Amino acid sequence: MSDASFISEYHWLTFVTFLPLAGAALLLLFSDSEEGDQLQIKRFALGVTVVVFIASIPLLMLFDPTQQGYQFIEETEWLGLLKYKLGVDGISLPFVMLTTFLMPLTILASWGVSKRVKEYMIAFLVLETLMIGVFVALDMILFYLFFEGGLIPMFLIIGVWGGKDRIYASFKFFLYTLLGSVLMLIAMLWMINEAGTSDIVQLQEYTFSSTPIEILGLTLPAGMQTLLWLAFFASFAVKMPMWPVHTWLPDAHVQAPTAGSVILAAVLLKMGGYGFLRFSLPMFPVASDQMATFVFTLSVIAIIYTSLVALVQEDIKKLIAYSSVAHMGYVTMGIFAGNQQGVDGAMFQMISHGFISGALFLLVGVIYDRMHTRDIGFYGGLAIRMPIYATVMGLFAMANVGLPGTSGFVGEILALTGTFQASTWVALFATTGVILSAAYMLYMYRQVVLGEMTNPKLAEITDMNGREVFIIAPLVIGTLLLGVQPGLVMDIFAPAVEHLLDGYDSAVAAAQGVMDTAAHSAPAH
Amino acid sequence: MSTLYADLAIVRPEIVLAIGAMILLVLGVFRAAGDAQAEATTGRLVYAVSIFLLLATGLIVIVYGGGETREAFGGMFVDDAFARYAKVLILFSAALIMILGLEYLARNNMMKFEYPIIILFAVIGMMMMVSANDLLSLYMGLELQSLSLYIIAAFRRDSVRSTEAGLKYFVLGALSSGLLLYGMSLVYGFTGSTSFDAIAQAVTGTEKMGVGLLFGLSFMAAGFAFKISAAPFHMWTPDVYEGAPMPVTALFATAPKVAAGAMFARAMVEPFGAGTDQWQQILAFLAVASMFLGAVAGIGQTNIKRLMAYSSIGHMGFALVGLAAGGEKGVQAMLVYLAIYVAMNVGVFAFLLTMTRNGKQAVKIADLAGLGTTHPAAAACVAILMFSLAGIPPLAGFFAKYFVLNAAVDAGLSWLAIAGVIASVISAFYYLRIVKVMYFDEAGEPLTILGGAEHKVTWAVAALLMLVAIFPFEPFNGLGTPEAAERAAQSLDIIGHAGVPGH
Repeated sequence: MSDASFISEYHWLTFVTFLPLAGAALLLLFSDSEEGDQLQIKRFALGVTVVVFIASIPLLMLFDPTQQGYQFIEETEWLGLLKYKLGVDGISLPFVMLTTFLMPLTILASWGVSKRVKEYMIAFLVLETLMIGVFVALDMILFYLFFEGGLIPMFLIIGVWGGKDRIYASFKFFLYTLLGSVLMLIAMLWMINEAGTSDIVQLQEYTFSSTPIEILGLTLPAGMQTLLWLAFFASFAVKMPMWPVHTWLPDAHVQAPTAGSVILAAVLLKMGGYGFLRFSLPMFPVASDQMATFVFTLSVIAIIYTSLVALVQEDIKKLIAYSSVAHMGYVTMGIFAGNQQGVDGAMFQMISHGFISGALFLLVGVIYDRMHTRDIGFYGGLAIRMPIYATVMGLFAMANVGLPGTSGFVGEILALTGTFQASTWVALFATTGVILSAAYMLYMYRQVVLGEMTNPKLAEITDMNGREVFIIAPLVIGTLLLGVQPGLVMDIFAPAVEHLLDGYDSAVAAAQGVMDTAAHSAPAH
Repeated sequence: MSTLYADLAIVRPEIVLAIGAMILLVLGVFRAAGDAQAEATTGRLVYAVSIFLLLATGLIVIVYGGGETREAFGGMFVDDAFARYAKVLILFSAALIMILGLEYLARNNMMKFEYPIIILFAVIGMMMMVSANDLLSLYMGLELQSLSLYIIAAFRRDSVRSTEAGLKYFVLGALSSGLLLYGMSLVYGFTGSTSFDAIAQAVTGTEKMGVGLLFGLSFMAAGFAFKISAAPFHMWTPDVYEGAPMPVTALFATAPKVAAGAMFARAMVEPFGAGTDQWQQILAFLAVASMFLGAVAGIGQTNIKRLMAYSSIGHMGFALVGLAAGGEKGVQAMLVYLAIYVAMNVGVFAFLLTMTRNGKQAVKIADLAGLGTTHPAAAACVAILMFSLAGIPPLAGFFAKYFVLNAAVDAGLSWLAIAGVIASVISAFYYLRIVKVMYFDEAGEPLTILGGAEHKVTWAVAALLMLVAIFPFEPFNGLGTPEAAERAAQSLDIIGHAGVPGH
């Protein structure tokens, strides 16, 4: 404890969170009028993200997974009831590490950007602060600030550095996710007034009323909890994204620059899952339990439907985007299975998907940089001229399918096992997604990488250069390592998940008990 | 005799401003009679002294204000924390807008000595409005302000647009004053008094307000809604914003909104506080109508002045959400909202005042195209202000909304809060569009930014405030605004508002 206490004492979490922002502020001082300046700016931004990653390592080293609750807590008075409170537990720490780990890679992946480099790097650094902030915030409104604030840099990233239809995509991204989130804000305000605090730790211990209420002729079995749950669900389901509110994602992914897609898929989508685990499950357990069937239905539709949609895509990025929606289906399914395997699987799937989808978008970026098209029909036979690329792409295509030995397998099998315990049918249907994902990934791989090289424009294409290999290497290692040694991250979050589920189960059981008593005593009247 | 002195001491800020304005008027009349050269120099002199007077009065309000509530002239006029909060906002925003308008006026040969003097009179009217504790003094202040504003809306006599704006404002304003007076006469008839305290007692005494009183209250609310440009009494706003010269538009968007908002708040919660549940729905309707009208009608605009008009209608709707919530918390939220609103608008107008193309004021949104490349610093500041106006966290504009929505939810008006956030998503579209035009569109013929250092400093500081005002440590941490607004709201005499049942 003695060596971990310095983290709180020196506001280490604040430091890690706001270091990228400070870097962005310093970048403002850089000149970008001359040719050489761009390289300076890129180097500086890379330096900042590397320092942030190094600074986040002590968090991982000193974190004690066996200890329940939040660690490295920092707390200061803020406005009125609100507090500036940061801290991590086993659920949020992996996401913090994922963010800080991926950021240097995305900056490196942006080395080819030549348009308004300074603003580009500032946007990414600001985004990093907001992403880390989401995962470390322990005050609800503070969480909301980071959660929504991320829209601004991402809007600019898509809108300024995006593809042809970038304006449509950026507006859709912004307004869609904003509309999802504002209802959550109202629910948060209601909770603050009800519980008298905006502290997430206290709110997780607060029991919101779950007595049935009737609204417009509809009976809500868990009453207020259901309403709050729905408001939060509106936000997280859009962010996740779940079917049928996923339509912003393919547009945003296709139009965003490579680095934007990587961050979007690897980190921003995980905020939805994180939100379910941080708010929905612990704060509205009864509603979560009752709505599980609803979530299962949507998840299964997402897995099957978006997999089928992915099968017919002609744009590689769009295919991966739809595949992301399908993979997030396993996450929501696992979370609402409400048992250890399910939630562990969801957590693992999120981390693993961060690596795999990030890598896939980077790999698409590699050929897009060379040929300026993502049309599957344009490519073919890349293996002939790009052996390294073919190998790496093969690996990640397999990981995305969930081949044993890669991290994709662990998450999916756990999520499915967990779901199986909750509902056999759901697990049965969801498993078909695994087959479908194999179908579209293999189809894409065959069309793009294998076969004859018929397109003459590809004749001069070059294999991945040193920088690209350097970017992808950590992701390859990470995916394989987590595939054979899942305990590396599982040991961090499993105790926290267990703690979360203990509270969840007892709350659900208590509510069940109340309902049973009510049912028994009803005839007596 | 001693009471007169005591009374005069309470209205010291107003007296300083009034006497100063009248001296300037005499000075102007005598000195400007001559050639154009003399007229311009006199104009400049009067202008400078007026700014000084506004700032000095602001300091007097702060320094001599003290903490207590004092009444003057038999309770007609009250100087409390609420009035001082509004006065500080009014005086400093008016002074800032005048500083920012100087360059525009000189450029367009509008440097007439009457202009600053009329603004001074309008400001005196506004100070009276926020301090009025009686229907009569309220009306006096309101008319002083309104008549002055009618004149400066039409200040460009040779411009058809400007005179049209002035006339339109005058005719509609006269109508609304009529409504207000009618409402006041009904209230007087049914309570037997024009004093807020006496009305409050009459209202508290009854179980429910009678039809006649409620009728009067509704007419009064309609009159106030006109002044604060809340839908459905907003029709004058876009035309007047568009027609009036840019510095006048900037003024309209800031100080008078604070004055009207504060007056509205006091005239509702002090005399009618006990009947909050009866007028709540009127306010809620005004709020919803304004928020949605401001959001939806703003989408199609191509003229940035009209856009800002719809933006202000929407924002006033949000401010009224706070008032509809009622009670101290609601008033506090509204005051915080107004302060942040003014800061954002001063920043935006500081920029708009400098936008020129071929020597003419540029007013089209499309004129901003490519600003992100041609003037990156200015574009970044405007973008921050736009995101803040849209209420996107973590900017201060979000906190303005946070306070009013929180008050609404706390008062059991969750539906109003939900309506508000949906309207804010719709309005986000047009704020985003400005960002889009600046950053995503290619630059056409570049815009000339004519402003001096004062403009750049203002918009930069405004943008910076949006970012840093929420830092969780002193001296930021809300910049003391929520606390000041809380003190202001507490200083109001809200009788009989027992809070919300069930909490």
